[in-house]
Amino acid sequence: MLKGKTAVITGASRGIGKAVAVRLGKAGANLVLSYRSNDAAMDELIESLEKDGIKAVKVKGDVSNSDDAKELMKVAKETYGSLDILVNNAGITKDKLIIQMKEEDFDSVIRVNLKGSYNCIKHAAKIMMKQRSGKIVNMASVVGVSGNAGQINYSASKAGVIGMTKSAARELAGRNITVNAVAPGFIETDMTKDLVEKAKDGMISGIPLGRLGLPEDVAEAVAFLASDSADYVTGQVLHVDGGMVM
Amino acid sequence: MIFEKIKGILVDELGVEAEEVLMESNIKDDLDADSLDIVQVVMAVEEAFGIEVEEEETEKLLTVGDVVRYVEANK
Repeated sequence: MLKGKTAVITGASRGIGKAVAVRLGKAGANLVLSYRSNDAAMDELIESLEKDGIKAVKVKGDVSNSDDAKELMKVAKETYGSLDILVNNAGITKDKLIIQMKEEDFDSVIRVNLKGSYNCIKHAAKIMMKQRSGKIVNMASVVGVSGNAGQINYSASKAGVIGMTKSAARELAGRNITVNAVAPGFIETDMTKDLVEKAKDGMISGIPLGRLGLPEDVAEAVAFLASDSADYVTGQVLHVDGGMVM
Repeated sequence: MIFEKIKGILVDELGVEAEEVLMESNIKDDLDADSLDIVQVVMAVEEAFGIEVEEEETEKLLTVGDVVRYVEANK
């Protein structure tokens, strides 16, 4: 389905990013995996991908730094000769109640989740515009739509990602570049682990499909939006949340 | 030489005929480029001549001649 396409995935060492890497790799894409710190997890992932015959290179860096984002896209172009798919997945949380949140907690989440996505879109768009094709998938979140107590920074960053998705979709449509977002609900990853153990039952009662999501559930949606099957889909937010937010 | 190279870029990026590209052609009005096209042309010019065109300068490059003269002065 993605044979010979080059896919850049940020925040790929674990969680949803890792599942996306595996899914796109199995669909035939050549991978460029960006991560910030977890060398051991990344090496293990690359090794297991290569065992399955999937081509993957790693690029260590911080997407909130524009130069790092630029370098990442350059590596993709130089390694595989094109840049067809960008999955902006890197994200962090610093959950606090509003009055307890420090300025740095707010700024760092916006910087990584929102500005990091912008940096990557900007540098990828330059290459994709020239190719006159490309697929960008941004990781939003249902809390960017519904809000969530304790996540004023995170929800703002994800609402921002949704706005950015729509602006980029309009701006780049003329170059045959689609830009969409996936909005996961409660997915079982390291990011939600603490949350899940505390309030699992209460949370499940708010999910019509009656279970938490898996990273693989999200990866399926990303794979669709990154494929030719979604050629006529742009500017959309696809919720993968078991019906939690409608 | 510079003109020929820039003409090539415009033909490539905008899909116009080579005969349409004259020194006095207005890139937007005569060659039918939109704002994204212009960004792409500038990117291609930067690459072809190994120069960097500042954002404010881009706005002043209205005709093909403007681009040729800019490259002559800055390369």
